[in-house]
Amino acid sequence: MPSDNDFTIRIANVNGTGSASANSLLMKTLFRMGIPVAGKNFFPSNIQGLPTWYEVRASHRGYLARSGSVDIAVAMNAETYQRDLRELSSGGYLIYDSTWPRRDVLRREDVSILAVPLARLCNESFDNARARILMKNIAYVGVLAALLELDLDIIRELLRETFARKKPLLEANQTAIGMGYDYAREHLNCPLPFVARSMDGPGSKIIIDGNTAAALGCVYAGATFGAWYPITPSTSLMDAFRSFCARFRTAEDGARDYCVIQAEDELAAIGMVLGASWNGARAFTPTSGPGISLMSEFLGYGYYAEIPAVLFDVQRVGPSTGMPTRTQQGDILSSAYASHGDTRHVLLFPSSPKECFELAAAAFDLAERLQTPVIVLSDLDLGMNDWVSEELTWDDSYRPDRGKVLGAEELEKAEAFHRYLDVDGDGVPYRTLPGEHPKGAFFTRGSGHNSHGGYTENAGEYQEVMDRLRRKWDYAATIVPAAEIRPAKGAQAGLITMGTGDSACREAADILAGRGVALDYMRIRAFPFGEEVWRFLRGHSRVYVVEQNRDAQLRALLINEAGGRAEQLVEVLHYNGMPLPATAVVSAIEADMTRVQAA
Amino acid sequence: MSYIARPKVSHPALARNDLGLTMRDYQGGMSTLCAGCGHDSITGSLIQAVFELSIPPHRMAKLSGIGCSSKTPAYFASSSHGFNSVHGRMPSVGTGAAAVNGRLQYIGISGDGDSLSIGIGQFVHAMRRNLNMLYLIEDNGVYGLTKGQFSASADTGSTAKRGEVNEQPAIDPCLLAIAAGCGFVARGFSGDRAQLVPLLKAGLSHRGFAMIDVISPCVTFNDHEGSTKSYRFTRENAFPIDHTDLIPPEAEIKADIGRGESQRVELHGGGSILLRKLAREYDIGDRGEAYRYLDARQGKGEVVTGLLFLQEGGADMHELSRLGETPLAALPYGRLCPGSDALAELQNRLR
Repeated sequence: MPSDNDFTIRIANVNGTGSASANSLLMKTLFRMGIPVAGKNFFPSNIQGLPTWYEVRASHRGYLARSGSVDIAVAMNAETYQRDLRELSSGGYLIYDSTWPRRDVLRREDVSILAVPLARLCNESFDNARARILMKNIAYVGVLAALLELDLDIIRELLRETFARKKPLLEANQTAIGMGYDYAREHLNCPLPFVARSMDGPGSKIIIDGNTAAALGCVYAGATFGAWYPITPSTSLMDAFRSFCARFRTAEDGARDYCVIQAEDELAAIGMVLGASWNGARAFTPTSGPGISLMSEFLGYGYYAEIPAVLFDVQRVGPSTGMPTRTQQGDILSSAYASHGDTRHVLLFPSSPKECFELAAAAFDLAERLQTPVIVLSDLDLGMNDWVSEELTWDDSYRPDRGKVLGAEELEKAEAFHRYLDVDGDGVPYRTLPGEHPKGAFFTRGSGHNSHGGYTENAGEYQEVMDRLRRKWDYAATIVPAAEIRPAKGAQAGLITMGTGDSACREAADILAGRGVALDYMRIRAFPFGEEVWRFLRGHSRVYVVEQNRDAQLRALLINEAGGRAEQLVEVLHYNGMPLPATAVVSAIEADMTRVQAA
Repeated sequence: MSYIARPKVSHPALARNDLGLTMRDYQGGMSTLCAGCGHDSITGSLIQAVFELSIPPHRMAKLSGIGCSSKTPAYFASSSHGFNSVHGRMPSVGTGAAAVNGRLQYIGISGDGDSLSIGIGQFVHAMRRNLNMLYLIEDNGVYGLTKGQFSASADTGSTAKRGEVNEQPAIDPCLLAIAAGCGFVARGFSGDRAQLVPLLKAGLSHRGFAMIDVISPCVTFNDHEGSTKSYRFTRENAFPIDHTDLIPPEAEIKADIGRGESQRVELHGGGSILLRKLAREYDIGDRGEAYRYLDARQGKGEVVTGLLFLQEGGADMHELSRLGETPLAALPYGRLCPGSDALAELQNRLR
């Protein structure tokens, strides 16, 4: 049941009608009132005219996953009225545009229908056609302000900030807010039984999406080269990188300390990244699942020839083209083992924008230390939605860890240089950069090579390099970010997830704890799995593995790579394209526990 | 690719270039290609060209794809970095490499299969971006390593070793390059070193993408009667339209540009190219005419060779990307990181 500062609003609209600014105004108002809030956009793979939804969840306990319920539906799209009404939780409220009454269509006894003639109000107040459409959206924020007692001063201040340089628009927006607010106060039963109450301010928190945060991580890590092929939902990562670089990396004469190339396809994008990295720059490419498929051949090359590279896979729904604007964690296995032959890739799993920022920077250090591609596995929910995040911080004493690179001076002193020799016993050889020194020259190849970098078809020489690569992999497990573990007193079982499973799992664990079920919780942050992951699996006879795909890919990886046993790991799967709600996790675990007890 | 180390022997009387290096210093491993392979003659010409231009070996980067042609980087300049990439994808590697360090000399070596079939997309886009590199296609019209299938450059009506007739039209890399906006388009023949070495030197000196299609007969699978990429056919039908000479900046004043039959084109980075006209009937800088001429001549079965199209002064990728003097790969970190204060300030607008 909703209560003060604990409710979910879902706004149904048509894409291309300018609802985004109204929705963001609503989210930001709650944010500034100090109420933990999550905003999620469910949009079509289309430019104009198809249904779109925006869900805002206020949660004073700070839960950012979907709640799984809808307490207020704002039905702005005639096409989806029926569905919006159907999906409204019992006891909820539906606001609709009553300019065109729909009494005959809207029938549900257990909800309240709130009629507001938004179109008529806008037609009376605004002359031009565009404003009449756009201001309907701002007007429903006014209605909600009255129903939920949102802070009008904050709303007006936000509008002033947004339209500081567009006076006519500011006035129109202020009028629309007032119009909705006044109508609701006069005609509806305001406030609702649950409202928004200001809490301690947001403090240092910010609102940011994961792609923007990851782009900032690339800038701060010193990446100078990016190549990409536009693909939803990763596009905004490169857009953000370019805009930060335009600001921070451009000289007065226009000279750029960065280069971004829009490649002809993903095959070229990863080739460019490997070329740039081989030549000494920090280079990256943002993509999504279809891009990883196309990049696979070069990923195998990067693994075998040992070239650093950073990839961001902002996952969307597969297989194939799938649902490009919906979220999933379906690329875990295809990323872990991308390419033919014995290949394996380092994966990082950020679960928040702050971690997108931090792991983006860490990815460059890892890629260079390990001389191998590193894939940061984000997803659409994290990458494209606005999240309330802890403030991003940066340690100015940070210096890039370029790993084992021999410079001109060292080469001058060296007797000889052998590219793939395991000098230090950690499986990581030394590399050189082109142009530095004649002694550093070697031939980079994807064909069989020996420890000296020479071509080989010799069984023993080939295998020596493959075995060393395996030792390097084992070393990688000791330096990648460790899993985050939250133990519970008297835990009956374990709970594991990664990435955006985090918010739903934490909430689910709390709900279950309230019902007397204690769970040790582990959030995996990287592959290869560290010792702590093995230990967690050894320490629990039953472990729930929560992930957003059909085939339990993380679970498969835990069995394959961390000693997990099939009978021990229970899959909890959610893969319909909508972000994971805590309720789905709770019901799956409770169902399993009931089953086990019955057996 | 297979590779045999070359014994290091040197004769004191060997000629030395401006760096004091001999041709031996530009050699690589022993070739394992078939005896008589055109590719080996091209390697020889390439060694001569970079030797004569006195390019420091470690300042060159050799890039290739997959195939017989793409083995070439192993056979010259063993003190240069080499990158034998995946099939058809060398242009993208070159693009990334050139973007972050414009100070190296990039030499891409590809084949007709690598550039015109599996890699035609990357080949075209590298030209479109005008990255600064010499790009060679060692063109034999056939897939050698997989034993004799036609490639996309095989002419209509030419026959395979076992008699099969090619019925598909050929893709001509020179016509393609002219259409794709490439600023330097040439065709050579592995058997004509006198023509090829100056072409290679001119291509290396051109700022931007220099594409040279070198007809390079495959002695094992495509040197028979009925092939239009055989030594015999190419010798009999080669139609050189001009001879190219690279005039270094210091020699420019003395260079005799001749009258009427010669043309000098200033190079962006200094020096010039002197073209002695043999048969060319069009302006070297006219893209449309060059295309029409080439298309018409080739329609008659002639193999037009020489510098076919040249446009100096076009902005290369480096310039189009507005990159500065210092290579991106050499920028100090302090210049790249905006620092914690900037981060804090930036976040003020995210609340």
